[in-house]
Amino acid sequence: MTGWLDALIQGVLLGGLYALFAAGLSLMFGVMRLVNLAHGDLIVLAAFVILVAAERLGLDPFVAVLVALPVLFVIGFALQHVLLNRTLGRDLLPPLLVTFGLSIIIQNGLLQIFSADSQRLRAGAIETASIPLGGGIAVGVVPLLTLLSAVAVIVFLNLVFYRTPIGRAFRATSDDLEVAQLMGIDHRRIFAIAMGIAFVVIAIAALYLGMRANFDPTIGPARLLYAFEAVIIGGLGSFWGTLAGGIVLGLAQTIGARIDPEWQILAGHLAFLLVLVVRPRGLFPRALD
Amino acid sequence: MTLLQTRNLTAFYGDFQALYGIDTTLDAGETITIIGANGAGKSTFLKAIAGLIRGPADSVRLDGQPIGARAAADIVKLGVALVPEGRRLFPSLTVEENLLIGCYGRKMSGPWTLDRVYALFPILRERRSSAPPTLSGGQQQMAAIGRALMSNPRILLCDEISLGLAPIIIADIYSALPQIKAEGTSVVLVEQDIVQAMKVADRVYCFQEGRLSLEGRPAELTREQIHRAYFGS
Repeated sequence: MTGWLDALIQGVLLGGLYALFAAGLSLMFGVMRLVNLAHGDLIVLAAFVILVAAERLGLDPFVAVLVALPVLFVIGFALQHVLLNRTLGRDLLPPLLVTFGLSIIIQNGLLQIFSADSQRLRAGAIETASIPLGGGIAVGVVPLLTLLSAVAVIVFLNLVFYRTPIGRAFRATSDDLEVAQLMGIDHRRIFAIAMGIAFVVIAIAALYLGMRANFDPTIGPARLLYAFEAVIIGGLGSFWGTLAGGIVLGLAQTIGARIDPEWQILAGHLAFLLVLVVRPRGLFPRALD
Repeated sequence: MTLLQTRNLTAFYGDFQALYGIDTTLDAGETITIIGANGAGKSTFLKAIAGLIRGPADSVRLDGQPIGARAAADIVKLGVALVPEGRRLFPSLTVEENLLIGCYGRKMSGPWTLDRVYALFPILRERRSSAPPTLSGGQQQMAAIGRALMSNPRILLCDEISLGLAPIIIADIYSALPQIKAEGTSVVLVEQDIVQAMKVADRVYCFQEGRLSLEGRPAELTREQIHRAYFGS
């Protein structure tokens, strides 16, 4: 019984990580209708940026991420402004092709610079610290921080979207690009700001990715898959749905692993398929999509 | 004094030419109405002025300045606001947010504020927190006009604001027009309802298949002239 309870708790905590992977993707799709195939690689890229900041400046990863945040915001803003804005239009294919190409460039660029060696963000004692809950169950401090960060990111994104003028512009642009321009909204700038914010979320996801496990330049596409599944399970256009989607995915994986360790990844994909069959629009779809 | 002028205005959708050399003027404080059958190019004309369709710079002039090549987001800042056909409120914004986005990113200067718009259309205040799809057609139209007014335009372009509405609602919406004009706003109306169009217009332009087929003051135009300009001979 304890084993199952433990699996549930660890599943929810793992879901926090998947929700962080997915939140940036959800934001990009929500505002730009952009399906970003390079999302996983961007998370890995951000992890390397944090790694470099941590090693060169001798910083703790939690401090290094603060240094990396503004840098990544600017990279995201520029990427959207210079490259991705040119791909968006009626045709869905160009952004897919360009982000796919970006994915390959990032992977190979990182391989070139950092080699295929596994890396890790070293955070010291906190990496192995845990809080005993009694009954032989304990939660790791880093997984707990991951989930709390995911909730904080979702709350932050909801505040930005529903409580600020820029959030109104995000939603308006997403609703009707043409009429948004009639309101004086420069959609290219709005998209660039949204991408900058998405990169901030990516940086936070990268911090926990790099602290929880080893990473190397090739692991991006698998993170993209989890992120996609979390967004689709949760329902497009809802940040809380994305959090729920991440948790469903995390739960399915840990429960699958509890039954048989080989089933971990498969169970996650099966849960995704099940949601697609039962609720094709996800658990919490936005009413209008 | 001429506020807005189009000269040899053309517009294309891909290879299809929708407007052929349209010459019009709008004086300060004036209301003009564009009439014509479906597909005559009326909406295209408004879109070309608002910057949604761009052409040569000097095909549209505002205060004598060429604006024909400017983007829509710039043109609204110059004081030209469009109420688009079919209302097109933002469905994921509340009514009040729809109004607020009308002046996005700009300091308000001018008579139109949230309170003034609510005074013009009191029902919007009651429905301020509602989602636009839950509003009636008339209420949606009021919100769309209010949203455009929030930018404090010098020129208000209205595309088929009576479309699909009951006559009593149309009368309601048109009764707001004098208050809008009283603030010095010039108005360009695209209207299928000829009777309504004649009632409010200082001057009328009729389009036929992308060409200007008639122009004049309502009192000076005969039924036959309008009929011919509207449907062709």
